[in-house]
Amino acid sequence: MSKQRKAVALISGGLDSLLAAKVMLEQGVHVEGINFFTGFCVEGHTHAIRKKDKAKPKRNNALWSAEQLGIKLHIIDVIEEYKDVLLNPKHGYGQNMNPCLDCKGFMVKKAVEWIKENDFDFIITGEVIGQRPMSQRKETMPIVQRESGAGDLLLRPLCAKNLPETLPEREGWVDREKLLDFSGRTRKPQMALAEQYGFKEYASPAGGCCFLTDKNYSDKLVDMWQHRSSRDYELDDIMMLKVGRHIRPNDNFKMIVGREQGENKFMEGYRKIYPYIHCSSHKGPLVLLDGELNDSDVELAARIAARFGQGRDADEVEMSVTYPDGKNTVLKVKPMPADEISEAWYV
Amino acid sequence: MKHTLDAKRLLCPMPVIRTQDRIKSLSPGDVLEVVCTDPGALNDVPAWCRINGHKVLDTKTVDDEVFIMIEVRDDGEQA
Repeated sequence: MSKQRKAVALISGGLDSLLAAKVMLEQGVHVEGINFFTGFCVEGHTHAIRKKDKAKPKRNNALWSAEQLGIKLHIIDVIEEYKDVLLNPKHGYGQNMNPCLDCKGFMVKKAVEWIKENDFDFIITGEVIGQRPMSQRKETMPIVQRESGAGDLLLRPLCAKNLPETLPEREGWVDREKLLDFSGRTRKPQMALAEQYGFKEYASPAGGCCFLTDKNYSDKLVDMWQHRSSRDYELDDIMMLKVGRHIRPNDNFKMIVGREQGENKFMEGYRKIYPYIHCSSHKGPLVLLDGELNDSDVELAARIAARFGQGRDADEVEMSVTYPDGKNTVLKVKPMPADEISEAWYV
Repeated sequence: MKHTLDAKRLLCPMPVIRTQDRIKSLSPGDVLEVVCTDPGALNDVPAWCRINGHKVLDTKTVDDEVFIMIEVRDDGEQA
């Protein structure tokens, strides 16, 4: 009896990686999943910070995919290593701050390290030629193989018939004839295959699985870098870009205004990191302050913050300002009229 | 032996990653209580346990904090 071969599948939580893993399982290959957390991954929960999203299922789609497939999933924190991919992409950015080709190469390279450490035989991904304009083109497929070091240990089951044979095919670990020849941006073949396998529900995020493909998010990221002395970032920084209205009235500081109860609650966890403002005389949002503020900046921020509370039409409101060291002051301010809040302040 | 993991203020999938990494250092039969503030952990940590062979003994939510009690199993993920 021949040895059962082992493949690790890059599982994003989307349909393609789910199908690619299933195609391998159908061929009797032992498959385990691997999912890399860069900090920019789109997850149901991140959206669910906002109360309005609470009806949506709070699930991690990669875990959900693994459970549908009946395979183990290893989630790996690559936040630190990913910084170099984002900050110095050899192949540049896509439409926004998305370094898709470098990202794919990085993840496959990490998978190569993983299979060596865990005695697996090859790597599979759900890539399809022509599916993504930057990272999934016929010209870029060999780049990922080469730069990741995976070479012909990287098998793309959904489009393998359109690509040169890989080692698992040549060695007979998998049957090339049972692999697929998908190409292009159409999703119909994937949907038909999903139906064939009985997958009735699956995630299909419009912008892929990464916040960096989102223009609004990318704009906030670029704004953050432009107003700091370096392009470095921590996880807290990139999490905060996902919540609240971001308002920059001056170059030296930015306000993050909670948009509703769920965001306010989430932002409360950051009160020991950022100075914050809340209205003590009326109901209003939590507002975090990011930057170096002098007294007139704090008063300006208090007037703007008052605009977003229920005292917006009052002659005067009390705004409580608290600093991470516990110091607190209360300012009596007139809420800023709506027409004085410049559109250009919104990041 | 009972252990506690503080995963408060972390958003998915960090509570899962911290749970996964902590369990690697525990022995079969050990119990790990994971404390989170992301309500999504209530789904994801048990899902991770199911696919990796560990047993969820109990889950509860108290004052916006989620508590998940896990028994580490021998056939669990050790990679």
